[in-house]
Amino acid sequence: MSSNKEGLSRVLTVAFALCIVCSVVVSTAAVLLKPAQAVNKTRDLKRNILMAAGLYDPALTVEEQFERVTTRVVDIESGTYVGDVDPNGFDPRAAAKDPARSRALDPEEDVAKILRRSDHALVYLVNDEAGDLDKVILPIHGYGLWSTLYGFVALESDANTIAGLGFYEHGETPGLGGEVDNPRWKALWEGKRAYRDGQVAINVAKGAVNPQSSGANWQVDGLSGATLTSRGVSNLVQFWLGAEGFQPYLTNLRGGDA
Amino acid sequence: MDIRETLFKPVFRDNPIALQILGICSALAVTSSMQVSLVMAIALTLVTAFSSFFISTIRNYIPSSIRIIVQMTIIASLVIVVDQILKAVAYEISKQLSVFVGLIITNCIVMGRAEAYAMKNPPVPSFLDGLGNGLGYSFVLMVIAFIRELFGSGKLFGVEVLPLVTEGGWYMPNGLLLLPPSAFFLIGLLIWAIRSWQKDQVEQPEFRISQHTAVEESA
Repeated sequence: MSSNKEGLSRVLTVAFALCIVCSVVVSTAAVLLKPAQAVNKTRDLKRNILMAAGLYDPALTVEEQFERVTTRVVDIESGTYVGDVDPNGFDPRAAAKDPARSRALDPEEDVAKILRRSDHALVYLVNDEAGDLDKVILPIHGYGLWSTLYGFVALESDANTIAGLGFYEHGETPGLGGEVDNPRWKALWEGKRAYRDGQVAINVAKGAVNPQSSGANWQVDGLSGATLTSRGVSNLVQFWLGAEGFQPYLTNLRGGDA
Repeated sequence: MDIRETLFKPVFRDNPIALQILGICSALAVTSSMQVSLVMAIALTLVTAFSSFFISTIRNYIPSSIRIIVQMTIIASLVIVVDQILKAVAYEISKQLSVFVGLIITNCIVMGRAEAYAMKNPPVPSFLDGLGNGLGYSFVLMVIAFIRELFGSGKLFGVEVLPLVTEGGWYMPNGLLLLPPSAFFLIGLLIWAIRSWQKDQVEQPEFRISQHTAVEESA
């Protein structure tokens, strides 16, 4: 046997057998662990939703806390709820790529640089103890400097005051653009207003905001050393709160007929 | 076979990072926090130990013309399994480690032990050799991570030790330690410390610079 160890048939047999064994091992692991991974992924998303709204309490399980949250599907164009789409099965990223369920954006309206916007989106409603609307959490995404930032913005029940903002996925430079994750910077968003006289006015300033200026309620300090990321965040928040984003929905919500 | 020798020699006397200067890339990347470093160290130790074991088991059947790709296949499969397990049981950490678990495949330590040791030795010593080299890597990783996390963010395993100025404490963190290049300096200092202690690790210079030619000789 060892005489033809280097023979062609031996090489092929070893290679083939090895590939079979390894692929069985890898696929077994992938299949067996898939349910646990899916649970983790959903839990991570839910935790980020709660964190954006400032509701997350590490002492309690995510599932327990998420019971206060209702997930609804919204038609972005008309700003009304859609009944015939199951929120649990809705994948926003897949929908944004599907030409049948999304719309290509013109370059001048595409300030967030996302190319396509899905027709539907998920919104998360948080009710207080009495059952009244407390906060509404909207998914946002857009391009920063290197990467697309994915996150959530939470608004108070007046659909104008910002309750929180957070990104759960991005590839910005750690220490510079990556400071979008800094809790102290995120805290600056709380209490700011999104709209001024019906127009989106919230933006990220270049440098620090002068608290005496008339626009201070609609401005957040820029991140130092991260001008392009700050501009990206500013643009994507404006896009998603604007007319192509959730403005129709928020208007309906304020009027009570979403 | 001396079990103790195979297992512990790679920790100080033949450390993969400090003496062989392998696996530097991931040592720079993941050592800004001890928790992440620990998971990375465990992952790499397991992959090195088991890949050495399996490669050694089939070493007499591997045709030498395809031995490298056979080793790669085994290592890659183990890495994928480890990555899947991390995603299932430690999702947060697997997100922080991101590509670095996948990059264990290209970590020179794993390939190096497979090629240098497991191809020539029986399975059990190969397993111990892989484990030992993994421990050597882990030792360096934990030392670097300890310094970087303690002085870079005032914490150990995420628990505050030195209260930061920004949180109302007194310690002004050294931001450089949070950036990957600081690990270069720390690894360099660590190599210096180990070689001052164990003089036989100091490499002989490959050539000596000769004296300047004296003026009268050249004239």
